[in-house]
Amino acid sequence: MKTTLRVLLASLSMAVASAFASGGAEIHLDAAPINLKDTASLQRGAKSFINYCLNCHNAQFMRYSHLTQIGLTEQQIKENLLFTTDKIGDTMVSALDPADAKDWLASVPPDLTLSARVRGSDWLYTYMRSFYRDDNSPSGWNNTVFKNVAMPHVLHDLQGTRTMAKAGEKRGHDGKMEPVFKLAVDREGTMSPADYDRYVGDLVNFMTYMAEPARSQRTQLGVLVLFFLAIAFFVTLALKHEYWKDVK
Amino acid sequence: MSNAPKAAIAPPIPGILGDAIVWIDARFPLVKLYKEQVAEYYAPKNFNFWYYFGSLAMLVLVMQIVTGILLTMNYKPDAKFAFASVEYIMRDVSWGWLIRYMHSTGASMFFLVVYLHMMRGLMYGSYRKPRELLWIFGCMIYLALMAEAFFGYLLPWGQMSYWGAQVIINLFGAIPIVGEDLAVWIRGDFSISDATLNRFFAFHVIALPLVLLGLVAAHLVALHEVGSNNPDGIEISKNPDPKTGTPKDGIPFHPYYTVKDIFGVVVFLGVFTAIVFFAPEMGGYFLEAPNFIQADPLKTPEHIAPVWYFTPFYAMLRAVPSMFGSQFPGVAVMGAATLILFVLPWLDYGKVKSVRYRGPIYKRFLVAFVVSFVVLGYLGVVPTTVWGQLPKALPLIGGADLATIVARILTVVYFAFFILMPWYTRIDKEKPEPERVTF
Repeated sequence: MKTTLRVLLASLSMAVASAFASGGAEIHLDAAPINLKDTASLQRGAKSFINYCLNCHNAQFMRYSHLTQIGLTEQQIKENLLFTTDKIGDTMVSALDPADAKDWLASVPPDLTLSARVRGSDWLYTYMRSFYRDDNSPSGWNNTVFKNVAMPHVLHDLQGTRTMAKAGEKRGHDGKMEPVFKLAVDREGTMSPADYDRYVGDLVNFMTYMAEPARSQRTQLGVLVLFFLAIAFFVTLALKHEYWKDVK
Repeated sequence: MSNAPKAAIAPPIPGILGDAIVWIDARFPLVKLYKEQVAEYYAPKNFNFWYYFGSLAMLVLVMQIVTGILLTMNYKPDAKFAFASVEYIMRDVSWGWLIRYMHSTGASMFFLVVYLHMMRGLMYGSYRKPRELLWIFGCMIYLALMAEAFFGYLLPWGQMSYWGAQVIINLFGAIPIVGEDLAVWIRGDFSISDATLNRFFAFHVIALPLVLLGLVAAHLVALHEVGSNNPDGIEISKNPDPKTGTPKDGIPFHPYYTVKDIFGVVVFLGVFTAIVFFAPEMGGYFLEAPNFIQADPLKTPEHIAPVWYFTPFYAMLRAVPSMFGSQFPGVAVMGAATLILFVLPWLDYGKVKSVRYRGPIYKRFLVAFVVSFVVLGYLGVVPTTVWGQLPKALPLIGGADLATIVARILTVVYFAFFILMPWYTRIDKEKPEPERVTF
């Protein structure tokens, strides 16, 4: 019986281990600097999100009024962040008509409320830092994380532009020489690379909050609940032993 | 049990409560029911770890019903509003996120608990005479639970909800002659649509919960009629105490197993709440990332995988090659894999019930069965290309996906456990059972 159990446990743990191992993506993703307690970062991210992303994308499940959760007052929201509506209880809907979007951009930009849960924060963080000029694409832009994406590099003023340039050759699998491409700076942006990373980091931090506003509350409450259950563990264990003393 | 002395009924409780009990007892068998089902239901004293999962399944069932009722108060079963209403629950409804995560985590934990509960029955021969009907009610609960989970999974109206349902309903479409009509009949439309969502909602929130509750009641009545099995697989009723008539190896369910189960509940809730509060998506296994995108009939996700608790059967479906251009053989194998559980009591010819006293052949088959179920479960999650292809030079199977070949072998192992059981349980060298339960 013991060996049976041991074999079972071993096979279970192997299945679990290989399940997690196979989850890795092929593209290397940089870790996004997520800190949902950093309200200053969340507020900066909200500002960039509303100023840039919301021109074309919706966040149709996110209410402006919920921005009070990241430390803004209703007055601040009304004065600085309401562009397409004047009701603070409204959700974040872009002024861009989906039909126009289809015409101009070839596809309707996806809703971004939940994108951090669909793609993951690291993906968003890497994606927003991986645009380069590509004259062969309809928008004039391409992306190393999302090949042939329809979205142009909206933040190119800040990051500057980069191109995919030939940076040498290496021997391929079949023995032939193959060109190696690397991103090269074409034009400097108004921000230093470190500042731009921080800027995108704030944006992704906000998008992570927006995808699940209850997340901070959830983990805070979780600690209390587990603490309570830890006490209950010892109490109920003692109770069980007390009752079972006479079972022989 | 009914052998208990009659005088013990209706203990004198002083005051108004006692009067109330006397009043009720004259009209409804309250004290009698309590005694028969709880206080004087004698259970074997040697229950181990595996015996927590029955009561835990009840706990999860109640939790699913309560959180489910709360969710329906804000959910809208309408293709236009369903996805948004779930986000509304997550954002705008007070504590909505907690209720939703409890329900979504509860669904997966229900299956986990039920699988462990079934494993217990399998190991200790709890399906053997006189518990055949008890086992069959359990199998029916399992089937009803699968249907309940399938209907419920469409309701969030995400991409995986939509395409997962599409895949499963198409399975019915693979049945010869009636298949296509049957699929249309299930959907209520030519594709999954608002009509499908509406009827799935009706099935999920009322039809199947009623069936489940009825079956659980039957399962419990049958259990309390025949008495619980135990890790030794021997009948405690064969050794009654001559003075009281109660089993020597039995202890009253209350208070002994109620306090023990409360401890089990606390441990279970530790795991459950850790998931709810710290990993409600469970790495994409409990809530899948594509399900955070609203259902789009025009965009098929790259990789459609059912939720983890269906994947062993899904892996079998994919493993069986299609014949005459029809997927039906795979569908039939998948159906047979669940239905074969029903006949298990009549396949087992062993003289002993518990794995503790079984011979080496049975033990090997049991291990092979569990390993095949777990690995099939894993293979159902990943694409068939996960382990690459076999070398082209091999005859017959050259160039095939290794994972598909492994899944085929494991499907055969799964069925061999059942089909060969009448043979290997008869020839196996079993150990003698003890007279009394061992602690």
